[in-house]
Amino acid sequence: MSDSTETKEMPATKNSKAIKIDEHIVEIVSDSGEGAQKCGVSFAAISAKMGNGVWTVEIIPAEIQPPARSRAGASGIRIRIGTKEITNSGNEADLVIALNEQVPYGRIDQKAYKEGTVMLLESKWATDASDVIQNKYAEALADFKSRGYNVIEIPMEVECLKIVKNARKGKNMFVLGMLCYIYNRGIDKGETQIKNIFRKKSDAIINSNIELLNAGYQWASINLDFQYDIPVVNSGRDMVVMNGNEAIGLGVLASGMEVCSMYPITPATSASHLLADVFKNSGGLVHQAEDEIAAVGFAIGSSYAGKTAVTITSGPGMALKTEFLGLATMAEIPLVVINVQRGGPSTGLPTKVEQGDLLSTLYGQPGDAPKIVMATSTIEECFQFVILARKLAESFRTPVYILTDANLATGQQPFPRPKIKKDWFAPPIDQSLWKGDVRPYEWDDTTGMSKRPIPGQPGGQHTLTGLAHTKEAHVSYNPDENQESSELRSRKFASFQKTLKPPTINGADKGDLLIVGWGSTLGAIEEAVGIAQKEGIKVSSIHLRFLSPLEPGLKEIFQNFKNVMTIEINYSDNNENPQFSESNKRYSQLSWILRARTLVDVDCYSNVEGQPLSPKRILGVIKKKINT
Amino acid sequence: MYGLKSDVALDLPSKYYSLEGYEKGVARWCPGCGDHAVLTNMQKLLREKQLDPAKTVFVSGIGCSSRFPHYMNTYGFHGLHGRAFPVAEGVKFRRPDLDVFVVTGDGDCCSIGAGAWIHAIRYNMNMTVLLLNNEIYGLTKKQASPTSRIGTVSNTTPDGSILPPLSPVQTTLGVANASFVAQTADWNPAHMYETIKAAYEHKGFSFVHIIQRCPIFQGALVDEQVSNKDAMVYLENENGITVSEEIAKTFKNKFNHNPSDLSEARNLAMDTEKVHMGLFYQDKNAPCYDDYGASNLGYTVEQKEEALNKELDKYAI
Ligand SMILES: Cc1ncc(C[n+]2csc(CCOP(=O)(O)OP(=O)(O)O)c2C)c(N)n1
Ligand SMILES: [Mg+2]
Repeated sequence: MSDSTETKEMPATKNSKAIKIDEHIVEIVSDSGEGAQKCGVSFAAISAKMGNGVWTVEIIPAEIQPPARSRAGASGIRIRIGTKEITNSGNEADLVIALNEQVPYGRIDQKAYKEGTVMLLESKWATDASDVIQNKYAEALADFKSRGYNVIEIPMEVECLKIVKNARKGKNMFVLGMLCYIYNRGIDKGETQIKNIFRKKSDAIINSNIELLNAGYQWASINLDFQYDIPVVNSGRDMVVMNGNEAIGLGVLASGMEVCSMYPITPATSASHLLADVFKNSGGLVHQAEDEIAAVGFAIGSSYAGKTAVTITSGPGMALKTEFLGLATMAEIPLVVINVQRGGPSTGLPTKVEQGDLLSTLYGQPGDAPKIVMATSTIEECFQFVILARKLAESFRTPVYILTDANLATGQQPFPRPKIKKDWFAPPIDQSLWKGDVRPYEWDDTTGMSKRPIPGQPGGQHTLTGLAHTKEAHVSYNPDENQESSELRSRKFASFQKTLKPPTINGADKGDLLIVGWGSTLGAIEEAVGIAQKEGIKVSSIHLRFLSPLEPGLKEIFQNFKNVMTIEINYSDNNENPQFSESNKRYSQLSWILRARTLVDVDCYSNVEGQPLSPKRILGVIKKKINT
Repeated sequence: MYGLKSDVALDLPSKYYSLEGYEKGVARWCPGCGDHAVLTNMQKLLREKQLDPAKTVFVSGIGCSSRFPHYMNTYGFHGLHGRAFPVAEGVKFRRPDLDVFVVTGDGDCCSIGAGAWIHAIRYNMNMTVLLLNNEIYGLTKKQASPTSRIGTVSNTTPDGSILPPLSPVQTTLGVANASFVAQTADWNPAHMYETIKAAYEHKGFSFVHIIQRCPIFQGALVDEQVSNKDAMVYLENENGITVSEEIAKTFKNKFNHNPSDLSEARNLAMDTEKVHMGLFYQDKNAPCYDDYGASNLGYTVEQKEEALNKELDKYAI
């Protein structure tokens, strides 16, 4: 037992009233295949339905087939629930359910637990037939206690075997029952959830799972001497809950696009899995190409022929698509490119979060290749931005890039159910007569914009080329023509930038420190900034959605703060370490851009640990910056 | 029609397209380049078939031969080196109403684009493909290509190339789902015409290997190819490509080959002594990926809205 002084962590005595708390972080860790994620998602759904704020994130093992009972095999889910809206996965876990004593180490490596964390540990390994396992269990148990975890051993297997023959396939519902008791969720809620998730299964399966749920609930109510209560506020709004990749998939449906051309790559693939399943019944199709080059080429062909397409990928795939993406800019072909970023360079950290592709997205192509780049910072934005992206792609005759990341890809959050608008869906392909005197690149001198003829439009025949070209689409090596056409292609983005609003400031519009973020760090940054503000620190934050063209008014905002720094999940040099100094420091990616754009000395904090940034970490960064 | 909404399909008054209707500009290939003959033949084919220029798309990669679309008064996509196939596939996927042609070179198709080529054969989408093989990189000024024969002296192989050439016909015949493979030569325009016509009429990926002269960088080869009448063999068969008796008579050698016989086709393609002209292989029943692409066209906004609502229901809490 820990002697933590935080009362929040102290289990109540048996039968006393449940402890009221604002929020809790629960983790379920196991070998893969034990159903931890199903259990966690169900628990999250029950909580969200009751009106709690929820954020869940999958714990993905480092390998596909990791050995059982291993550190590398830690698989499962983290669920953060609270009275208010939850916007990120938070700091260390408050309560952990571990199905063996080795998997927690995968999480301990990631500093996921703290002194006082309650750990409900499967005890069957204590009496395992193998001495080796028995010893390992004893060792780990002692170690967990010495780390200050509040370990409670639970004979989950033994209890489940009273109901089912194979406890591996059912323990997760026993755990769900325990969680329903611990967090006062009401057993009826659990039963409804089971009926829902197993609705395609037989009654026998549903009943045995309900039995397991009840057993878990019963066991906990008899044997555990604590309960938590996280009050709910019911918004009364229709809500949906999904992860970022699901939101992207549904966003594609909602955008009216009919073609998703892709090549499998983690962590982007699941968006295409969803589309493959549902697209065919809504008038669209997924094309799995032979590689990423072909995937984007196919998408461009489809777009060119009037069906604006989306290609979904991650860093290594983006690298392969580069040449075609330059063509899309040069020949002004609408296209939606979604990059679910992972750790790089090269194969990097395939399952982990990083925001490392900003600069390559902006500048990856040869020559000058301007474009629109957006970054999503919530699950809801993953849905909404796809709709916006197609519109912008077609209006501005350009590729539009959406940057999301591994954190959003698997993070789940409830958001108000989108109210579908008819104009989200693309109109049919324009096949009307093309006006004879309008050239295929009839750039407007003031806006740089032009309308494109689509195959099938009589009178619009021309040959599109990636070579420098005139308004007629004729190949041109003329110095003035290349200068002019490059300027006009740039001008349309300047025109677009004029329609953007400056970012809203979270906090006062002047102060000691302004934090600038982009992408999935929104929730963690705002949570940390909120805590710092309460402590009297004069800190505010802004979060950028448009990275190219950049949102306006940044310099004006920056000038009202003593310090400006970005917080990002990508690499930057730390001047406290050998060789690095102001003259060679490589800044994080957004800070480079902001420094160049505003000429303000924008500092940065960033790392490539592959983990979502926790509010606690960010708070530490804020305090360090304020004190130096 | 074809899943396009009826209110957007424009009814054009029926109109006769003359040859000039398909021509655009003056081709900038060198005098004597085999590409000229292919262009002329293609324009004739479009006239014979009275293809609507607005509904015809020529897709190419990069190379001398890939300039082709610029000289056609149709829609054209002169894209990236080696990447014509994926673009053409994307064009065709949701637009069965468009006629798609691909023009590619030996470097474009068999070197940088080899991966996409293999898969394009397997997708077997309905398009007509012309590989203009001059056995050299023309545009970049004389480098050996994968189809250059052993001993080819070029700027990157000054001592002569050392590897045996890749045979485009043999390679295509080796890929699963190949459905139409033919060979012709630019200096026999009548044979070439019948070949590209048969290719156009075939539903699927119609691959035509055109042996093409490059008098500038492969001058010696040109003489050898055109004058070596012993090597040329006319593939005759009732199911093959038939030329007029007059033209047939110009061939010293003839061979009766049934284009449904894949293993004989492969043997013929491996014969390095002889050049077989005509249809190597045809399978009219090979599955076409564009049938999948066109399988669910024309959903209305209401249908899409309903489908989305149904999906959102699954995530509702
Ligand atoms: C990615 C890329 N690499 C290289 C080139 C340079 N390049 C242009 S055409 C060409 C070879 C063309 O040869 P081929 O396809 O045989 O066409 P030909 O000119 O002989 O008709 C090369 C290497 C390029 N444009 N793009
Ligand atoms: Mg060539």
